[in-house]
Amino acid sequence: MEPIVKVENLGKKFILSHQTKGKYVALRDVIADKVKSVFSSNKNNAGEQREEFWALKDVSFEINKGDRIGIIGRNGAGKSTLLKILSRITEPTEGVITIEGRVSSLLEVGTGFHPELTGRENIFLNGSILGMGRKEIEAKFDEIVAFAEVEKFLDTPVKRYSSGMYVRLAFAVAAHLEPEILIIDEVLAVGDAAFQKKCLGKIEEVSGQGRTVLFVSHNMQAVQRLCNKGILLQQGKLIASGSMESVIEKYLDSSQSYKAVFEFAPPSNQQDIPGYVTKAQLEDTTGNVISEIPIGRPWQIRIRFKLTRNVDHFIAGIGVLTQFELPFRTCWTEPKNCVPGEYEVVFINDDVMLTAGIYKIVIGLSENNVTFQFLDKGIQLHISQVSDLANEKRIVNTESGLIINQMPVQLTKLN
Amino acid sequence: MSNRIVIKPGARSKNYWKDLWNYRGLFYFLAWRDVLVRYKQAAIGIGWSVLKPLLTIIAMCFIGWLFKSKIPDGVPRAILVGAATLPWTFFSTAFSESSNSLIANSNLLSKVYFPRLIIPASTVIVSLIDFFISFVILLGLMVFYKYVPDWKIFLMPLFLLLALVTAMGTGLLIAALNVKYRDFRYIVTFLVQFGLYASPVAYTSDSIYHSGLPQAIKFLYSLNPIVGVIDGFSWCMLGRNVSIYIPGFLCSIAISFLFLFIGIWYFRKTEKYFADII
Repeated sequence: MEPIVKVENLGKKFILSHQTKGKYVALRDVIADKVKSVFSSNKNNAGEQREEFWALKDVSFEINKGDRIGIIGRNGAGKSTLLKILSRITEPTEGVITIEGRVSSLLEVGTGFHPELTGRENIFLNGSILGMGRKEIEAKFDEIVAFAEVEKFLDTPVKRYSSGMYVRLAFAVAAHLEPEILIIDEVLAVGDAAFQKKCLGKIEEVSGQGRTVLFVSHNMQAVQRLCNKGILLQQGKLIASGSMESVIEKYLDSSQSYKAVFEFAPPSNQQDIPGYVTKAQLEDTTGNVISEIPIGRPWQIRIRFKLTRNVDHFIAGIGVLTQFELPFRTCWTEPKNCVPGEYEVVFINDDVMLTAGIYKIVIGLSENNVTFQFLDKGIQLHISQVSDLANEKRIVNTESGLIINQMPVQLTKLN
Repeated sequence: MSNRIVIKPGARSKNYWKDLWNYRGLFYFLAWRDVLVRYKQAAIGIGWSVLKPLLTIIAMCFIGWLFKSKIPDGVPRAILVGAATLPWTFFSTAFSESSNSLIANSNLLSKVYFPRLIIPASTVIVSLIDFFISFVILLGLMVFYKYVPDWKIFLMPLFLLLALVTAMGTGLLIAALNVKYRDFRYIVTFLVQFGLYASPVAYTSDSIYHSGLPQAIKFLYSLNPIVGVIDGFSWCMLGRNVSIYIPGFLCSIAISFLFLFIGIWYFRKTEKYFADII
């Protein structure tokens, strides 16, 4: 089958001029700089340095008809630039893209909405901005209004709408586009949870009709739920493409921005204490170092420490805190009398599933119930928005609390 | 397939005009939006379009009367002034609105694709509607003064077109420059203020051409494209009572089209970067 979108060696270059002045170039400054450079002998030093920056480089991929592609990557990976080029808002610097079919892009909810105009007027305006014809909008008008639930306020200027209504109306217009290829950027970051669910449902419905969808979102769950294929970008380069699972696996591997291995130098008071922690690392339960743990996946922390003399009634313990420093779990080893040497302890978390977010782990070592080392800095645990497909069924809802796995429940009818 | 889109550096210019035609629906809707927005939330709504030209004509008449400026025989001063004020007001609003249009619609530029030319072009429509309203007022004045223009008034659309060409050409150029250099908006304000004095609104071109001013000044004056537009309007409406200075007039027309050419050329050259730098 011929691909519906074919991207070959795409590149986009920006010229960054490092200026300390305002956001915009002012003619005044340009003229002043020109004059200055005429009089100064060193022409290269005209108060401005230029630097090339490739937002995208050598990106090639193909999309087949009916595919739902999730484009993922960290901030600044080039996702938005790619979408902007695909929707023809900006031109590439090099490369060729061939698209067979009508494209609609939805890079923002409510583009072109005018606050002074009524809901009715804005539906027509926004529809035409998104590429619908007048007849097409008229045909779908009632459906759009019903989806947005704003029947009563159709003739009210949208500036008097609540922000929820505004967003609902804006999304409703966009959701009723019927292009062959739909490009969506981050639009689900709006509205309340119920409406987000409705939007996701609508997008699923759209893609179920055999349309091709390109989707960028930081909401990894949404991407996972919607897309069957993925593209991973990192610093403007295509790192992986293929099935969503494999791309997400790659995404987690590539998260070098988070640390998974923490090394600790001997503390300054090492002479006074019987031992200290040298290293801690976060792993999945098979022992692979992992810096970002998919939501729902069991994890463990492996801690190395050194004892320099005999320690009676030795206990090693960890505490897990939320990012707001609320401790919610503490575990420790059985008390033991230890001889000097290097030790390793592994705490395995396979019973509690934490919701996505950043957590802090503290480590304590004690002798006869007196703590001699307490490490409360540096160890961060990242639970990713990406969910572990194998464990998805055990998750109640990622937004329902800190602990998201189900507890045993019994429902019985009395008498 | 019929809907094939090829995106590559420079691909946009190939089907430029066809693309523009395909997006005429958006042009219509943007113009409609501007018109709607303009008359919403104004206490007397469309009344402003009536009041503004009327007050301008009255003020100009007063100034002319104060300085005892010469008027051709048989023409009421209000008609003379109106014939010059109308094209000037049309040009100045169309020019300044389209110059600022890209900045005012920057959210559209960075979020949706369409031929960028649509934005400055659609803003001119509001000024055009205002023009027609004030033209009706001028016709009302003619009835009031029982002044009958001759057949030449039917040539008026041609000069309106010339005004449109001038406003579009200069507007496109400044709009494109405005995206990169924001201080062009001050230049726009200045140009409009200065233009009022450099154009035959409060005086007639005759009084320049038949004055003792040096030839160089007269030549410079005829380079102003608005001079041609306003002289043309006066010639249409005041017919037999006004003569037109042909060399100066042709010069103005040439300059107008030169501006249109430069405007479109520069706009097309820079529009692919609009979304990156706006």
